[in-house]
Amino acid sequence: MNDAATYALRLADDALVLSQRLCWWSSRAPELEEDLALTNIALDLLGQARALLTHAGELEGAGRDEDALAYLRGEREYLNLLIVEQPNGDFAQTIARQLLFSTFQLARYEALQGGPDEVIAGVAGKAVKEVAYHRDHAMRWTLRLGDGTGESHARMQRAIDRLWPYTHEMFDGDHVDRAIGADPAGLFRDWQAFVSCVLDDAGVAIPADGWHPSGGRRGLHTEALGHMLAEMQSVARAHPGATW
Amino acid sequence: MVSAAEAWATVAAVPDPEIPVLTIEDLGILREVSVEDGCVVVTITPTYLGCPALDVIAEEIASRLHDRGMGRVQVRTVLSPAWTTDWMSEDGRRKLRDYGISPPGQTLLQLGVRCPHCGSVDSHERSRFGATACQAQYVCRACLEPFDYFKDH
Repeated sequence: MNDAATYALRLADDALVLSQRLCWWSSRAPELEEDLALTNIALDLLGQARALLTHAGELEGAGRDEDALAYLRGEREYLNLLIVEQPNGDFAQTIARQLLFSTFQLARYEALQGGPDEVIAGVAGKAVKEVAYHRDHAMRWTLRLGDGTGESHARMQRAIDRLWPYTHEMFDGDHVDRAIGADPAGLFRDWQAFVSCVLDDAGVAIPADGWHPSGGRRGLHTEALGHMLAEMQSVARAHPGATW
Repeated sequence: MVSAAEAWATVAAVPDPEIPVLTIEDLGILREVSVEDGCVVVTITPTYLGCPALDVIAEEIASRLHDRGMGRVQVRTVLSPAWTTDWMSEDGRRKLRDYGISPPGQTLLQLGVRCPHCGSVDSHERSRFGATACQAQYVCRACLEPFDYFKDH
């Protein structure tokens, strides 16, 4: 696959995998409004993923459409960041993942708005408005949980501790990022400023940097992704080419 | 041969499937209608990227043009420039209010959104996400009724 298609696929897979994760909350969120919020966020991400998958397929030029790329690729062909595939955990862990990733995703879409790839720039221009809501939603919940009861604070802290190591990979750019899109290393300063401000206000301690897992961009994933894809792809694989 | 103006008039009346009181022209998502070599080309833009209504809208556009005898139709989707609620017509805003959804751009000094039932601005946000991607949930403190607000975007 050429670099341009690879880059579009990375953006698409980040959005698609997180969308699928968030769908799980439908009917399981702590309150009805939250059911709607998380599924709306999932829908926004799915919309971004569909446009980017279609674009990746066209750039690749091998005749794969959005469905072929979403449903017929194995785990090792998925190029998403490890953080988005992490299990939902409790509600705090889902919110922590949203805060850490949405802040990054918003900065990345902002940087891509004026880029040379017209489709990616068009998607980014629309997505910045959507993801601004996602980040805001995560920020409000982080403040509520972190600065809430002893139990909610402990869970928020545990969630941030659990996911923090996966944030390093977001800023590990390679030649594809730098050649086609936005160098993620350049997004770190703004990301860190926003996230540390929210965590400070929420009374959540920023974990020490240590373990630094990576590999998502090369198709090397944590155990969680394969299980998720098996469920997500089961109908498409059981009934190839089915339409309704 | 059909003119672009006739074709526009035909597709402009297509309703939004999620908020059927609005047409796609009211919403501002109908961007352009042209006739190129006998083919009617209709350009639309999504409100939100994941808007599930877009496919239905494209089918309805093609179907109405076919009914008018315009056989060759192409519906194009463009993402840029990005849709904004500024493109919603005044007529559309009035229809939304009459329908019970507070139209966008009604925030007064960020204090509250005007309740479409009683007109009070003493309202508060219940959730930033609502029944569709483009709405938020509010509650009026004056008449105590919940209502949807079409978010500024």
